[in-house]
Amino acid sequence: MDRLFDVVAVFSLVLIVWVLSSVRRAHIRVEYSVSWLLAGAVLLVLARWRTLDDWMAAALGISDSFMALAMIAGAAFLVVLYRLSLRISGLKDSSITLAQQVAILEFRLEALSEKRPSE
Amino acid sequence: MTPAVKQREKRLLILIPAFNEEGAVGGVVGEVRSAVPGTPILVVDDCSADSTRGEARKAGAQVLALPHHLGLGGCVQAGYRLAYELGYDYVIRVDGDGQHDPRDIPTVLKALEQGDCEMVIGSRFVDDNGEHTNVLRAAGIVFFRAMLRPILGRPVRDPTSGFVGVNRTALELFSATFPLEYPEIEALVVLQRKRFRFVEVPCRFRPRRAGRSTITAVKSLYYMIHVLLGVFVNVLKFEGRRK
Repeated sequence: MDRLFDVVAVFSLVLIVWVLSSVRRAHIRVEYSVSWLLAGAVLLVLARWRTLDDWMAAALGISDSFMALAMIAGAAFLVVLYRLSLRISGLKDSSITLAQQVAILEFRLEALSEKRPSE
Repeated sequence: MTPAVKQREKRLLILIPAFNEEGAVGGVVGEVRSAVPGTPILVVDDCSADSTRGEARKAGAQVLALPHHLGLGGCVQAGYRLAYELGYDYVIRVDGDGQHDPRDIPTVLKALEQGDCEMVIGSRFVDDNGEHTNVLRAAGIVFFRAMLRPILGRPVRDPTSGFVGVNRTALELFSATFPLEYPEIEALVVLQRKRFRFVEVPCRFRPRRAGRSTITAVKSLYYMIHVLLGVFVNVLKFEGRRK
C-alpha cells in the first residue's frame, strides 16, 4: 500500500515539474497552469500526509485510505477539466464571432474599394 | 394616387451557405438568377478547400468568405448578420449542393410577404416531394417530427429542411442567437421560445448535384444526440408558447 502512495507522490511531482517547465517555455499560459499546479500540490500533500488520508477515509465511510486519496484526486482533476471545458467553450464562441466579423468587414471593405476608383 | 408616405420597397437576399461545393455552387447561383432575376445572391463560403469561392463569383454571386471553417450554423449566421447589417427585409436560404429547387423561391417569398409568420420552411413533405430523401434521414425526420410536436404545439412536416425564408424580425433574432452545428431543428425551438411563428410551403427537393453530405451514416448518431441535447437546452430556456 505504501508503494502506491509513493507512486502518487512521484506522479504529482512529475506533474508539477512538467507544468512549471511548460510555463517556462511559454507552452501554457500562467493562468491555466494554476489549476494543474494546485491539483498536483493537493495530490502530493495527500500522498505524503497519511493521517489526513485516514481522516478523509473515515469521513467518507471508506475503509481503504488509498481509495479516499484516489477519489479526491479524481474529483480534483474533474474540476480542472470542467473549468477548461468552460474556457474552451467561451473561446470557441469568441472565435466564431470574430471569424464572422472579420468576414463581414472584409466583405464591406471589398465593396468600398470596388466603389472607389483606384488611385 | 400618391400615398402620403411612400413605402420603401422590401429587399430580398438569397443566402447560399457552401462548403467544398465547387461542382454545384455555380449551377445553383445560375438557377437562382433565373428564378429571381435582379435579386442579390450571397454565397457564404465556409473556408472551402476547393474553388467554391471562385465558382460562386464567376456565376455572379457576392461571396462572404469565412477565415476558418465554422460549420453550417456559424456559416448561415454570418450571412444573417451581414444581411441584417445591410438592412435586408427577407432572407431566403438555399443550400449550395443543388438539392433545393430555386424555382420555389417565389413561393417562399410570397408566404413571407403575407406577414403571418416570421419564418417559412420549404417542405418536401407538404406535397410529398421527399422521394430523394434517404432512409436514414427519413427515419430521423419521423423521429424529430414526433419529438417537436409537443414542444412546438403544432406539427412540423420537414424539420430538417434547410430551404428556409426569414423576415427581418427573425433575422434580428438569428443574427444574435443561432444554433451553430446542426441548426435547422434547434432554430425551430429558438423561434418558438420567442413566440415567433412559422409556416411550411411545398417545395421540390432533388438529389445533390456534387460533393458529399456533411451528415454521413457514421455521424448520424452524433447528430441525433447533439440535436436532442440542443433541443433540451432550448426547452429549458422556454419562454411560453405562442397563443
